[in-house]
Amino acid sequence: MLHIENITKYFGGLTALEDISFFVKEGIIEAIIGPNGAGKTTLLNIISGIYAPDKGSVRFKGLEINNTSPYQIAKAGISRTFQHVELFGNMTVLENIMVGRYLRTKAGLFACGFRLPSASAEERAIKRDSEQILEYIGLSHRRNEKASSLPIGEERKLEIGRAIATEPSLLLLDEPASGLNEVETSDLSFFIKKLRDQKNITIILVEHDMRLVMDISDSIVVLDFGKMLAEGTPQEIQNNKLVIDAYLGEDEEVCL
Amino acid sequence: MSVFLQFLFSGLTTGAVYAMVGLGFNIIYNATSIINLAQGEFVVIGGLMMWYFSEAMKLPFFISAILAVASTGLIGLLMERLTIRPVKKSDLLLMIMITIAVSIVLRGILMFKFGKDPYTYAPFTEGEPIHIYGAFIQQQTLWVIGITLFFIILIFLFFNKTMLGKAMKACAVNPVAARITGINVDKMVMLSFVLSAMMGAVAGIAVTPITLMEYDRGPMLAVKGFCAAIMGGLGRGRGSVIGGFIIGILESMTAGYIHSGAKDAVALVIILVILFFKPAGIFGSKTIADLRRF
Amino acid sequence: MQITNRNIFIGFSIIIIILPLIFTSSYSLSIATFSAINSLIAIGLCVLMGYAGQVSLGQAGFYGIGAYVSSILSIHLGLPVIFACIVAMIASALSAVILAIPALRLKGHYLAVATLGFGEIIHIILNEWGPGGPSGFGDIPRFNLFGFVFDTVMEYYYLSWFVVMIVMAFSINLINSRFGRALRSIHDSEIASNAMGVDVPKLKIKAFVLSAVFAALGGSLYAHYVTFISPSSFSLFQSVLVLMMVVVGGITNLWGAVVGSIIITILPELLREFKEYDILVYGIILILTLLFFNKGLVPIVIEKLQKVKP
Repeated sequence: MLHIENITKYFGGLTALEDISFFVKEGIIEAIIGPNGAGKTTLLNIISGIYAPDKGSVRFKGLEINNTSPYQIAKAGISRTFQHVELFGNMTVLENIMVGRYLRTKAGLFACGFRLPSASAEERAIKRDSEQILEYIGLSHRRNEKASSLPIGEERKLEIGRAIATEPSLLLLDEPASGLNEVETSDLSFFIKKLRDQKNITIILVEHDMRLVMDISDSIVVLDFGKMLAEGTPQEIQNNKLVIDAYLGEDEEVCL
Repeated sequence: MSVFLQFLFSGLTTGAVYAMVGLGFNIIYNATSIINLAQGEFVVIGGLMMWYFSEAMKLPFFISAILAVASTGLIGLLMERLTIRPVKKSDLLLMIMITIAVSIVLRGILMFKFGKDPYTYAPFTEGEPIHIYGAFIQQQTLWVIGITLFFIILIFLFFNKTMLGKAMKACAVNPVAARITGINVDKMVMLSFVLSAMMGAVAGIAVTPITLMEYDRGPMLAVKGFCAAIMGGLGRGRGSVIGGFIIGILESMTAGYIHSGAKDAVALVIILVILFFKPAGIFGSKTIADLRRF
Repeated sequence: MQITNRNIFIGFSIIIIILPLIFTSSYSLSIATFSAINSLIAIGLCVLMGYAGQVSLGQAGFYGIGAYVSSILSIHLGLPVIFACIVAMIASALSAVILAIPALRLKGHYLAVATLGFGEIIHIILNEWGPGGPSGFGDIPRFNLFGFVFDTVMEYYYLSWFVVMIVMAFSINLINSRFGRALRSIHDSEIASNAMGVDVPKLKIKAFVLSAVFAALGGSLYAHYVTFISPSSFSLFQSVLVLMMVVVGGITNLWGAVVGSIIITILPELLREFKEYDILVYGIILILTLLFFNKGLVPIVIEKLQKVKP
């Protein structure tokens, strides 16, 4: 579904990513792991169109999407969450989800302003769909609260909810478990699997929490200082000598 | 040739004022990230106070000039104390509005005190205009250019050679780090207002015998000085000085050769073109513009 | 009673309808009419600034384009005023697109100075090349519709406030639609809204165009009311006034634009006894508002009312 081919990205004199290539099959959970500064978020930013790669190409469902702007990539069916939550803080929880529906609705400026029947019908549909998503992520009770007032666990949930409101076929999750406690994390792992199985969404997961990664991913890519270190199933990665060496110098948080 | 020179010198005169205003913008901007749209009023205050001390009070020239500069500096200080400091959150729009409001109040006070008539006083030196290649250059023109250049150099020396100036620069680059090293950032912000008010006053004192001065000159001066600052790259003192002179010269050439009414449009058109194609200014670097919050 | 947009709308409409019964003098009705015209520009700026987060110091430019295009067309081409007004709005919209496309790359101070430059250039063009130059021109026909001429102050009062309420309803609907939510999302996090599929540049241009169309509508209504216009009404000072209206009323609320417009329009009339020194009093009131009520009046009042409620 997603082909990453020879992606290289420089920031000034720094090489953030060097010659990264891998392939993500439809319907799986692919994890990208690696120490801090390995280039994981940079890679997500390239896939979602925030950065353009200096070399290489990204193909999604056969279409080349590097040098495409983020909103067009979203339209093509890739959505994402952010490492540092980027919710619309001054809007309500429900409205945040409703922004996600923007992409799949089409009432024009005039129709909206004069509340033409077509726009009203669409608005009702947006509301209904968004309520359903809220229900799905379990935040209905927070519906009318400001997004900025949520605790971190619910913020992360809401971000995922907003992302699935765009009806993605590929969802990029950037450290969704960071800041969550153990209960919330296991809740999250269940939820991510549910997304894959019920909604048929392919998932790319960047994560530090190894228990979560090993528990839910079907395939893992390991990055280290911008280079591909290994690729394989959780089993293979756990036994990979290179990976173990790279992680030995790291702190216990990422202990295998 | 003679006509061209005539225009050139008149351009340099107005350009000198724009350069001083632009530099004033930068001094405050560098210390606070605020664009002070009351900057033009400082020029007007300088000119009108000079008239007050020298013509109305009949004080000697030098004492009048010092008093005019000092009183304008005091107004800069009051402005910072009363209207900038009390606002805790640095909201761009709010700050723009506040400086506009201050400029309105200052204009109101000026009109209250001086009325709507233009004021002038004798040039610094008596004597015949100087002939250069058939152009008549008033002596005061040379005074304006000379004095502004002198003060511009003084300002650069201040920022690069003195401890106080270096401390002010440090606040601009990184206020938190500056505070840690023991620099009193609040004082530096206050100083930046005083300094740029005094710069404006000097320009006003020098230029009033040529252009006359009335209470509502400020906004246009501010717009032009702002253009100079943008042209040179916001935050870059030297750029704004060059920008000021360029705008002054282009204005006077346009007025002379094309159409006098189009004069004021020139600076604005140039600025729009620069903003749209090279927002960091002709002399600015892109990275610096990107690093700025606003 | 709940403070909803619908309730405010109904309450406001009632006040507008009965106001001429209380203040019958043509002087007060005229001020109310000017308030309505200013409201139109302010509502546009509020959408642009408060919701899309784009600063503009050049709204007087669009206002001027509206007034001049509409008057010139109705005088020289004999176009019915309503068509002249529509063409004026289109002209203003086009100029907004031309300004917005390059201006999109600018933020903060840079955007402020670019829009200021635009407004001033329009002002200078009107001054130098507009009919009558700096002294302007007259004999602009009064607004008329299907043969009905709005030639009394009372008629014009109702016409202009009717237009304001339509524009207001349009804007409220818009802000609470997919379009408005997308605009507000840009304000909160441009990067996220882009990633959620919002075409940020296109939306910003639309917001600019909308504000320009509203301002032009105000300009046209103004010209066909006073029947004599000159460039001085469309200077930087007018842009600043509109900015004040929006800020004083409260930038985060569309009603703030209307309330702010009314206050800023009435204020100079109240300050009449200060004669020429009104500018001083005006400035001081403005500074005090900015220093102590910088959220704007409407949001503060709504906050207070919501606290009182059990």
